[in-house]
Amino acid sequence: MDLSLSDEQKQLQEGVERFVREKYTFENRKKIAASERGWLPENWAQFAELGWLAIPFSEEDGGIGFGPIGTMIVMEQFGKGLVLEPFLPTVVLGGGMIAAAGTAAQKEALLAPMIEGKKQFALAWLERQSRYNLADVSLKATKEGNGWSLSGQKGVVYNAASADDIIVLARTAGSAREEKGLTLFVVDGKAKGITRRDYPTQDAQRASEITFDKVSVGADAVLGTVDGGFPVVEDAVDRAIVALCAEATGCMDAINAATLDYIKTRKQFGVAIGKFQVLQHRMVDCFTNAQEARSMTLMASLKIEDKDAIVRHKAASGAKVQIGKSGKFCGQSAVQMHGGMGVTDELSVSHYFKRLTMIDLMFGNQQHHLTRYSNLAIAA
Amino acid sequence: MDLAFTPEEQKFAAEVRAFVKANLPADVRDKVKHGKHLGRDDYMRWQQALGKKGWLVYTWPVKHGGPGFTPAQRYLFENICAEEYAPGIIPFGSKMVGPVIYTFGTEEQKQTYLPAIRASTVWWCQGYSEPGSGSDLASLRTKAEKEGDHYIVNGSKTWNTMGHWADWIFCLVRTDSKGKPQEGISFLLIDMKTPGITVKPIIMADGGHEVNEVFFDNVKVPIANLVGKENEGWTCAKFLLANERLGIAAVPQSKRGVEALKDIARAEQDNGKPLIENQAFAEKIADLEIQVTALEFTELRVLSTMAHGGQPGPEVSGLKIRGSEIQQRITELTMEAVGEYAAPYLPGLLWQGTNEAPVGPEYAHLAAPRYFNTRKTTIYGGSNEIQKGIISKMVLGL
Repeated sequence: MDLSLSDEQKQLQEGVERFVREKYTFENRKKIAASERGWLPENWAQFAELGWLAIPFSEEDGGIGFGPIGTMIVMEQFGKGLVLEPFLPTVVLGGGMIAAAGTAAQKEALLAPMIEGKKQFALAWLERQSRYNLADVSLKATKEGNGWSLSGQKGVVYNAASADDIIVLARTAGSAREEKGLTLFVVDGKAKGITRRDYPTQDAQRASEITFDKVSVGADAVLGTVDGGFPVVEDAVDRAIVALCAEATGCMDAINAATLDYIKTRKQFGVAIGKFQVLQHRMVDCFTNAQEARSMTLMASLKIEDKDAIVRHKAASGAKVQIGKSGKFCGQSAVQMHGGMGVTDELSVSHYFKRLTMIDLMFGNQQHHLTRYSNLAIAA
Repeated sequence: MDLAFTPEEQKFAAEVRAFVKANLPADVRDKVKHGKHLGRDDYMRWQQALGKKGWLVYTWPVKHGGPGFTPAQRYLFENICAEEYAPGIIPFGSKMVGPVIYTFGTEEQKQTYLPAIRASTVWWCQGYSEPGSGSDLASLRTKAEKEGDHYIVNGSKTWNTMGHWADWIFCLVRTDSKGKPQEGISFLLIDMKTPGITVKPIIMADGGHEVNEVFFDNVKVPIANLVGKENEGWTCAKFLLANERLGIAAVPQSKRGVEALKDIARAEQDNGKPLIENQAFAEKIADLEIQVTALEFTELRVLSTMAHGGQPGPEVSGLKIRGSEIQQRITELTMEAVGEYAAPYLPGLLWQGTNEAPVGPEYAHLAAPRYFNTRKTTIYGGSNEIQKGIISKMVLGL
């Protein structure tokens, strides 16, 4: 048992940390957020060149085999700079599902170019009524000759506008909310019958509402097995949750550091406000919360590839509960201790706060995952 | 990075488990399992068995007669002992005064005191707090004045845990009243049989006798019993507190506590179904279990840092705070699980282990006393507010 980083892992951490420090100053990030795509192709090309897009994948899949710990290292540093490049939808979700369920041909056509930085992905699972139930899918795929025809709607699809391929969770059999009868399809983002409404999100990411109107795909578009898409997407989302937890940990470190710095310098009543015990104790609570978040992220990263599905699901949900709780505490406390400045656009604090808030909502909030954890671990 | 234990670590774990199974007296195990009160002899039998194996002082380095466990071994040892319902090791000798003596004591003091601590043949207790000195420990006033080759000690100590069972006490005493309060304190070892010492029980909210007031009336203590230099006892005091921090999180005990809580929630009924099927209550347990996991992995991170020769970072300071809050939450939810059957107070059964029949299930009458008693965890060892003050100053630089 040893929970410290290896030399290789430390090198990766330092590399990503350097990128964030150099390329993601607060002013730079504003420009990137306002750019056409909401992220920079030159940054993406650099990720590919440095091998970061290959991190979680096995060597036989063309990756470098760092696994979930590699993803954790990258995402934590990304969190510190609020990096906008679509690593989560492309590498963790899209790449992750193709590596887990794709055929050799699909891996060659999709995963290999993704690792080279030439393809991006988006996962379209959510629908207006789904809330946090991954199986609440009504977008229909019906047989059409050898292939399929997809009709229906998907919402809040991150990175859809930039994605070369959209991975769509569709109902091919079964009734509403049934886990069986769901199938994953890899759909060309520019396919006929797709219309998108693109928008920025609260935290400067990009997402879309998508209508699929009789979108035709071939039989080879099926990722995994027909009617067997649910476990694939469930595991992919669990991995994405753990990656988000790592990002949130980085956000918490950054927002805590900013707040600590602020209360040491801001003077009121003739002293630095950090001299007041009520703020000191709140600051200590922020640091304790971030430590717990880091511990749970590490736990989940170590367990997310366990053979036992219950262990994997519990790990992801347990970590997400912690991140929801700690992220909210650190975010709200940072804003409060910054006073009026904390609610302005001018300081980074509000931007971290917004990202932490959106992370809690993604793939199930604190309450949702507490219930899931409880059903898996306590009531079972 | 690897969560799995190495083959050597697994072999060690098997050895520990076999040892505990073979050497933990069955009646002591039964008492711990059912949350019953333990007597001096219960602790001593177990600690002396550990002492014979060389494991009582499991945190000590080899050169002072400890086993020199790696951090991973330490973790395994603590967890397996808790899983097998071994009583917690009383820390005053093995975790507190022992390390102070081998760090600051003379060769003679080491020869005199350490063998008995390793073997648990002497019961130590702690004389730190005073009626007027709680969180502000350095304001203590128990005085030690030199007279020939002795100190004459006068004053009183309070919140003295299990002093009524103790053979020796280690005390912080004032040897100088000039200058800063921290600068006139000395660390003294005192034989409890010395004339002039009176131990007076303090009965706690749960009805139990666990702590005492200790009075010193012209108590003669040889100067040879001074550890470290005169007026430099505060260094020993701080060292002792820092040494204490890791274990105080009580992660293995809390893991055991959550499992016991689940058992109770399975046994208790709620609207015709096991209480554990009540979604709201199940989620409270889930939340608690997640808190324990976070604490455990924080401790594991600290241990990994130490295994690589690093010093514990800021994360260690939060362990006492969160560990103590979690211990309290376990007792709070256990009482909630029991409901109105927490009300019957059965002091005979609780404190003397009489044959009185419990009212309701046996765990029920323990729930409230445990809850009342465990409020102490956020107060002792430096209250949580004091801990936050320390982190704020030492870690955050505020």
